[in-house]
This record gives sequence, C-alpha cells and structure tokens, in this order.
Amino acid sequence: MMVENKRSLFWRKVAAHTFLICFIALILFPFLMVLSISFREGNFSTGSIFPERPTLEHWALALGFEYTRADGTVILPPYPVLLWLWNSVKISIIASVGILVLSTTSAFAFARMQFKGRVGLLDTLLIVQMFPAALTVIAAYAIFDALGRVVPWLGIDSHPALILSYLSAITLHIWTIKGYFDSVDPALDKAAMIDGATPWQAFRFIFLPLSVPILAVVFVLSFIFLINEYPVASVLLRNTDQMTLAVGARQYLYEQKYLWGDFAAAAVLSGLPITIIFLFAQRFLVSDLGDGAVKG
Amino acid sequence: MSVMTDDRDPQSNLVESSMIRTVYETVKPFIRLASLTAIALAFLYVIWGLYLAGEPIFAVVAFAIGISIVILFGWARFYTWRFVFPGVAAIAVFIVLPVLYTSGIGFTNYSASNILPFERVQQIHLDKMVKAPDSGRPFALTSDSSLFFPADSGRPALITAPIGEAVDGRLVAMVHQGGTPETLSVKAVLQNRAALQQISIDLPEGGALTMDGLREFASSAPFYTLEEEDVLVGADGTKLVPNHEKGFYQDDAGELVTPGWPVGVGWANFTKVLFADGIRQPMLEIFIWTCAFAFLSMIFTSGLGTALAVVLEWEHLAHKGIYKLFLILPYAVPAFISILVFRGLFNQNFGEINLILGGLFGLEPDWFTNPTLTRSMLLLVNTWLGFPYWMLISAGFLQSVPRDHFKAAALENSGPVRNFFAITLPQIMPPMVPLLIANFAFNFNNIVLVLLLTRGGPDIPGTIIPAGSTDLLGSFTFRIAFQNSGQDFGLAGAISTLIFIITGIIAFVNYRAMQKLAAKRSARS
Repeated sequence: MMVENKRSLFWRKVAAHTFLICFIALILFPFLMVLSISFREGNFSTGSIFPERPTLEHWALALGFEYTRADGTVILPPYPVLLWLWNSVKISIIASVGILVLSTTSAFAFARMQFKGRVGLLDTLLIVQMFPAALTVIAAYAIFDALGRVVPWLGIDSHPALILSYLSAITLHIWTIKGYFDSVDPALDKAAMIDGATPWQAFRFIFLPLSVPILAVVFVLSFIFLINEYPVASVLLRNTDQMTLAVGARQYLYEQKYLWGDFAAAAVLSGLPITIIFLFAQRFLVSDLGDGAVKG
Repeated sequence: MSVMTDDRDPQSNLVESSMIRTVYETVKPFIRLASLTAIALAFLYVIWGLYLAGEPIFAVVAFAIGISIVILFGWARFYTWRFVFPGVAAIAVFIVLPVLYTSGIGFTNYSASNILPFERVQQIHLDKMVKAPDSGRPFALTSDSSLFFPADSGRPALITAPIGEAVDGRLVAMVHQGGTPETLSVKAVLQNRAALQQISIDLPEGGALTMDGLREFASSAPFYTLEEEDVLVGADGTKLVPNHEKGFYQDDAGELVTPGWPVGVGWANFTKVLFADGIRQPMLEIFIWTCAFAFLSMIFTSGLGTALAVVLEWEHLAHKGIYKLFLILPYAVPAFISILVFRGLFNQNFGEINLILGGLFGLEPDWFTNPTLTRSMLLLVNTWLGFPYWMLISAGFLQSVPRDHFKAAALENSGPVRNFFAITLPQIMPPMVPLLIANFAFNFNNIVLVLLLTRGGPDIPGTIIPAGSTDLLGSFTFRIAFQNSGQDFGLAGAISTLIFIITGIIAFVNYRAMQKLAAKRSARS
C-alpha cells in the first residue's frame, strides 16, 4: 500500500490512539458519573468520583423496595420505575407489532404490484415521513379527549390511545420493507404465478418467510424509537401509574423535588436493557440508514 | 433465497387438501358476502354511535374506513388496493388527519377555557345551585350524633337517624315530638364537617336540605333557568346571552362568563402570531434560534462524526472494534436518559460539571440562566448525542471511496488533511446531502431535547406568552399548548400550521435532492 515513513507512522499511531482514548474518556464521563452517583449517599452531589461510603439505597428504591437507613428511617420508593419500564415495553411491543402488520402488505404492493398512483404515493410517503409526530400532539390530545367521552378506554390516560397514535410511525418502515422486497429475485414470484399462485399466496408463502430477518429489524427499530418517544406520551399519559419510562423519568428532576441519586439508579437500571438491545440491533440499523435513505 | 428447501412446500399442501378446497371454493362467495355484511353493519353501528355522541368528524372518518373496506374487499377489480389499503389508511388516519386537525384547531379558540361543547357549558351553568330563599334551618348535633332541627318560624322540629346510618348519603328527617334532645357544641360539628357535607336530608314535606355553613342546613335550587334561544335567566333577574362568535355567555354588562365553548375565530390566531406585539418579536427570535440550532447541530454532529469515521477507517489503527463500541454508546443509550443525566450534571448548584470546573479553574458558569451559555450547552449536548449517527453513516460512505485515489495522492506527497478535502469529501458529500437535509429537519423539530434539558428557559423578558431563549418553534408551541396555564390550543395550532409549512418545504427540498442523486446514479450505472 502506501509508502510511509516508519517513524512518522509510529507517531501518527500514537497520536490517533491518544486522541481516541481522550475523546472516549470525555464521552464516557457522564455514564461513569451516573453510575457513581447511583451508589452515593443522598440526593446531592458530594465530590469524589468513587463514592466514599457506597450505599445501595438508590438501587433498592429503583427496584421498588423500601430502604431502611442506618438510623432506622424507612424510605419509600418515590416512583414505580419497574412499572414504568413494563409500560414502556408493553406499549412499544404492541405498537411495533401493529406497525409491522400495517406496513408489510403495503410494502409488498409497492414493491411488486402495478397500480395507479404508485409512484405518487411512494413520494408522498417520503415527504410525509418528515413531519414531526410531536407537533400533531395537539390534535392527538383533542381527538382522544373527544373519543374518551364516547369510548372511555380510548381516552386521555389510556394505553390504547397512545398505541394508536404511535401507529403513525409506519411511513419509514414501509420504505425499509419495500427496499428488502425489491431485492428478492423476481424469478421466484414469477415462477409461483405461473404455477397459479395468487399475489396473496406469493406474499404469504414466498415473501413473508423470506423477509423474517428484515421484519425482525423493523420491529427492533420501531421498538427502540417508541421506547424513546417523549412528547406524545407526556401529553396522553397523566397518571403516575400509567406513565412510560420516558415520561416518568422526568419526574425525578424537578427543582422542588430533586432526586438526583434516585434518578441515577433508575436511569442505569432502565437504560441498560434498552442500550443492550440497541447495540445488538445497531449493525442492521446502519445498513438501513445507509441504503434506505438514498434509494430514490 | 432458500424457498425450495422449505419443507412446507405450498404446492403439496394444495394437493393434499384439494377436497376441502373444493368445498371451500363453493361456499367462499357466501362467506365473503356474510363477513362483508357483518363488517358493514358493525361500522354502521359505530358510525351511528359516534354521530349520536356529537362527534361528526369521527363518524365521517369511520364511515370512510368502513366504505373503503367494503368496496375493496367486495369487488375483485380492487384486488391490488387491498394490499395498499392498510398502510395508506393508517397514514391518512394517523398522520394526515392529525396534521389537518391541528391546522383546523388553529382557526378556533380551543383552549383550557373553551374546551367543552356548547351543550355541556350550558349544563354547567344550569347546574349552578343557590340557596333557596327562607329554606335555611339551624341545626345541632345530638349526643347520639343525630341531626336535630329545632322548630322555627312555624316549622315543626325535625330529627334524623344517627349520621353514621346514612344510606347513599341520604337521611330521612321525621317530625320530632317532645323536648329538645341533648345537643353537642359547634366543635363536634367541626369534627364531623366532612361527613356532614356529604349528607342530604329528605324532608317530610318533600325536598331536601344540604349543609350550608356550620349552623344551617338549607335546600338549594338552580340559579339559572333556560329560556328561549338558549338565554339563561338568573334567579335575581340577570340574563346570560350566548355569544356564538366569541364562544362565551355574556352577562348584562357584556362581560364574558367562563367556561366557554370552542368556536371558529378565522385568522385571528395567525394575525396574532405574525403581527401582535409581544408575540411577534419572541417568535422571530425563536425562529432564528431554531434555524441556527438546526444548522449548527447538523454541522457539528456531521463534522465530528465524519472526522471520527476517517480516523477509525485508517488502515494502521488497531482495536477499531473496541473504539467503535464506545463511540456508539451515546447513540445507544436512550436519549431521554442521557438528556436528563446532562440536566443533572450541568445543574448550577450541585451539578458535577460545575463542581469540577469550580475545583480546577474556579469557574461556576450559570448554565441555566445565561441565554448564551444555555444555548451553548444545548448544542454541546446535542453534538454529544448526534455524532455517532454520522460516524456510522460516514463509515458506510467511506467504504465506497476507491483506494487507488489515495495511492495516486501519496505519489504527490499529499498529507492526510489534503487527502480528506481533495479526495474523500467530494466523494462522500453527494450521497450525504439528503441525509444532511433530513438531519436539519429533525433538529428543527428536536423538541425532546429542549423539553427535557432546559424546558425552553431562560425566559425572554417582555413577552405576552412565556417564551424561552432556548425554545425551538416546536417546543414553544408545545409549551403554549400543554405547559403554561392558558393551554391555548388555538394559538398553538396556528403556530404548528406554520411549522408544518416550513417542514413541508424542507421535506420537498430534500425530496428533490434525493431525486437528483438517484438520477445521477442511474446515469452513471
């Protein structure tokens, strides 16, 4: 390959590693701080990075246990963190399944069928996809407030209402799945058609089994996106027990009630599983971001 | 592509079940007809219910969905559309409808004070109760905690069962014969006040009494009576006339009486946003900051991300995997957690960042009260959150830069910096343009960051509506609608409409950029 001076190469390597290590130290600083704070006494910071008198108080509270301090005072958990995590997981899973169900057949039609307005609809999807769902939250509030007067279980503060409004995230996924269907060899479904299969049978028996991997990816992507969603959930969910993690976590850091230590433990506890899922799914995400976005 | 090795071959299934299939084919049209009828009836029932409940818009939406299903699945010529329908319907109902609905709200006075329909508002006024004249009767609590009403102005003395025996909060009063029973002091009434307030006493001659102060029970009557043309006439002769232009009842002096109901107000909210003093200035400031924030975020995150990707792609670098894993972490940790962590770390009084800065340099910057510092903090945190995305994207694009170009450059003694700007950047830039525009649009509406980190603050002084110097247009709108006391959905709807228009323009520009790119690619290949 390139002709490079050995000595200068050595110093450039050292420079690169030093830069990366320093940069990573900077990146990791907040995470390490939070980890340390979660073991630190009290809810206000007291200096050193390694807690001098480590305590499990915040962790016990985050896990929903009462904690008895050395002096006998019993502290009750301030918020139901595990319930919030469960709410988040439940809502995200159901909404992601809904998104998959709604987007797969459309993606198939866009990839394999000819119909009037196909190109126009596809382009519309691309443009609509950029509209921030967070700003339709006023309409979501008005709609579910009104619906709740007719159908109480679809009103404000109900999980079905939030799940319904999350279905708006399907646009991008139709494109992703369509991109995958496009890459399926046309000879396969042509052969099936010659044997007399209807498009539905081609979809059901050829495309669905083939696309299990991409459906899994879309599921994970939409799951992560929904777990992170804050604005819509914060408007539709009011009751503490109904909240998702993203809405609930904010309760810790109000000026009047500042629970820094409790927050740190809750953040590590609930953030860890989501981070692991993300790291696992990340390589699919990258290829998706790369091609999906520039396929015109 | 391993469909042939799949042992559940659809063809063999077809043969095995051919008998069942023949029967099925005969009854299929009937099943289809029956299920379509059932769906149609179910939809009619729902539509009717929504219409009766006074929700014509939902009734129309349900009608549209219902009729589409019946048409698409009833006629074979719409076969293709059966596949398209679920996705398109979901987009229409969950994206297009809310966008239009939000804009529609922008033309109304829908807000915390004008949220209920007219009939409900009227009912609230009609439910206002006043004490009926001369119905007050002094009372005392007896020692067995019954209620005793002494005879007064010709009315006989009454006594009830002990208050603990009330059924559904009701007690029956009976005429009391004989002497005054032993009664307790007002202190006992005070102690039992909560219970007493729940109790209603049925009188022997009809009517009911409820507690009115600590010494009397009285019967109450509606203050307003409904006259013609929805006019409400009060017991004291005052009149409330509905004003359907303003969405409020007006009294004789022309004052508006809350609560009101939503009515259309035309362009009022839009003119307010664009021309009213005290709103226009902060709006302009917020708009400029929103653009600056989106632009700078895009530059910082893409610049840092690309730089890191270039370093990581360097062929002589060892341990790339480990570095990548750590560098991706800010993207992997849920954003709402990271943002809140930064909110705590930057805290002016007991945040770890000021603790360290104070220890090292004696500095304690006021991150949340100085507008410039708050804005810098917002950009800093957003860069931290956003660079891994660009690192991943750039890494992908860097793969496609031909290696030969660098060999040629090496012959010319070109350094790494010059290589980057002369070879790498021109090649990775074109495919990045649509992503950059999309990223701009994303940050333009990045309200989660603002709502969780600064909540818009510090406030811009001298405004009618609370507006913050770190507010983006979106978070400003969100706060108008949901966080400030007014809950002015109408005004928020109007601003949202403006944001939709801006976002629409950005989306269109992005779309054209993608088209251009696609055209270039197909021309090349």
